Amino acid sequence: MGVDRRFFLKALGLTGAAIGTGKPLGASPVVSEDETEFHGILFDSTWCAGCQGCEIACAEAHGLEGPALEDVPEVGKKRKANEYRRTVVNAHETSAGEFFVKTQCMQCAQPACVSACLTKAMYKQKDGSVIWREEKCMGCRYCMISCPFDAPKFEYHSTNPKIQKCDMCYDRVKEGLLPACVENCPAEAVKFGSRRELIAEARQRIADFPGMYHDVIYGEHEAGGTGWLYLSSVPFEELGFNTKVQKKPYPELTKGFLYSVPSVFVLAPAVLLGIHSATKNKSNQDNENE
Amino acid sequence: MNNTTAIEQPRNGKSTWKFLAEELKPKGKPFTWFNIISVPVITAGIVIIILRFIHGLGYVSNIDQEVPWGLWKGFNVVTGVAFAGGAYVLTFIVYILNVQKFKSIVRVTVLNGFLAYVFYAGALVLDLGRPLKIINPIIGNSFGANSVLFLIAWHFLLYMIAQLIEFSPAIAEWLGAKRARKILSGMTIGAVIMGITLSTLHQSGLGALFLMASEKIHPLWYNEFIPILFLVSSVFAGLSMVIFEGSISKRVFADKISEKNKTGHKGIIHTFSQICAFAMFVYFFMHIIVFVHGKNWAYLNSRMGVWYLVEMIGFVLVPMVMFFVSYRKVNITLAKVAAIVTMLGIVINRLNVSIIAYRWDAEVPYYPTWMEVVVTFTIIFIEVWVFRWVVNRMPVYNESPAWAKENEH
Repeated sequence: MGVDRRFFLKALGLTGAAIGTGKPLGASPVVSEDETEFHGILFDSTWCAGCQGCEIACAEAHGLEGPALEDVPEVGKKRKANEYRRTVVNAHETSAGEFFVKTQCMQCAQPACVSACLTKAMYKQKDGSVIWREEKCMGCRYCMISCPFDAPKFEYHSTNPKIQKCDMCYDRVKEGLLPACVENCPAEAVKFGSRRELIAEARQRIADFPGMYHDVIYGEHEAGGTGWLYLSSVPFEELGFNTKVQKKPYPELTKGFLYSVPSVFVLAPAVLLGIHSATKNKSNQDNENE
Repeated sequence: MNNTTAIEQPRNGKSTWKFLAEELKPKGKPFTWFNIISVPVITAGIVIIILRFIHGLGYVSNIDQEVPWGLWKGFNVVTGVAFAGGAYVLTFIVYILNVQKFKSIVRVTVLNGFLAYVFYAGALVLDLGRPLKIINPIIGNSFGANSVLFLIAWHFLLYMIAQLIEFSPAIAEWLGAKRARKILSGMTIGAVIMGITLSTLHQSGLGALFLMASEKIHPLWYNEFIPILFLVSSVFAGLSMVIFEGSISKRVFADKISEKNKTGHKGIIHTFSQICAFAMFVYFFMHIIVFVHGKNWAYLNSRMGVWYLVEMIGFVLVPMVMFFVSYRKVNITLAKVAAIVTMLGIVINRLNVSIIAYRWDAEVPYYPTWMEVVVTFTIIFIEVWVFRWVVNRMPVYNESPAWAKENEH
């Protein structure tokens, strides 16, 4: 048999062409609808002024309470997202001055919450947004146990509780609008786009202003990559980020266990039945037939 | 055979419905110390459960956004299931290894295991925010098959069915259903094999639940071997529970247990202490390997480190030695003490992984409310009530009726 000569030459030619044009072979000009790129949002902490415009816009867009008037970001005060607000901005005093950081669900590429959910209520959509689906959730809160960023928030004081967390305004995006926080940021500290383009842009900003930025994009590799990406002047631990987060995706931690399940299901009954038969013949008791 | 304790004619010629109606009535003295304690607790617990459904979980519980699982999951589910492990260990010994010596306590252990699962799965429903959706992972198009919790939910369900089949001959004997008993007895070995397989997977699965919380659990308790440690510890947790339960039942249900089984019980405890000592040695050794590999020495010099040493030495090493000594010196009392210490150790370990070392660094550490504690005891007490009801009516400790024995020969 062997490789057909004509096919071999053709493949060789195509490979050469691919190398020449610098495009991978698979990237044909015809893009099917399935190949939506993951969206992302880039947050540049050097631009954020801490005005809470995003908090207010987010609360309005999702029918939540929003921040109280006197509840403003202050250094030393750790405000947290909760069931009444999906995002908060906090102030941090760092070695390079005071900075503001917005926190919310990070929209992981391989989310722990999605692999934790036993009803597929947590769901990673094709556009990259991680959403919660009310009709499926049974309220076990295993997503909250698993999430390395403590993102899902549970309505403990409701009889029909929901999970509140950022969903990257996927419904607004579908209608051609920007996420509420992005649209309402006067400082343009948050930028919406495809994750790939945002990473390129973040790199560009670091390259253009090396004195201004710490040379790390938080979210590029954290938890296997997240939809939200962060730029900062200082190392991220100074801004209260969880830097202990592993680089590998979290679902990999349970993979080994889950992979062993089918083999146990096949092997264990066979072994048990074998031992049962062996001991049964040997003991030869009269009350065996139960 | 000792026919004085056997139920000769369970129904005395009554119709099934009349028989059931009469059996439902309480038997025994109303004012025992257990009743005096449990009735107020259960009453309060039911009121709290009603409040929980009217006002939401946050009204009765201290769980919050950072510590979403509290006492109801950590104690009732994670700890309770470890104690129910006795059923799979014992069915393995009796039905798979065919060691007839333990046959007299199989029924009570399976009954205990079954009730534990029913009530602890029930506790899970209380803890669910949206309990009506509990059917989603079972039916419907919502199979989150890549979730450890999905596996556990299914295993709980299937294992309850398996245990019900294992116990069902006793129900058939109680009802005097000869034909049904024959069919159900024939299903025992299948149910046992399925039950043991399911048990190994979900005992370890309860540990695997916490694998993704890798930075949230204190490094002294978090490691990738949690599933195996949970499985190994369920062996001696379950057997310690069997020793403990047997010692109490021997007094409370003294009139039901035949003299032969009373003497046999000592031999059973003696063998159990050997199995426990061995399983605990394996468990302790694994912990040491994990500890050394994790290079966790630095953590010992902290509050959590001391707590870790208390658990490892006081509640694993010490009872292990006690079990070993009680086996060598044939000291049944010491074995019973060891069983109690072991059970405390299991409670500590499971609560450590699920609650105490989980977000040990949280700004607002989780402490259960008194209402959570009351509901926890409510569930245990109702379980004991049902257990007592069953034991007083069905041939669990009693000898099976004569007709059932004839069938076996």
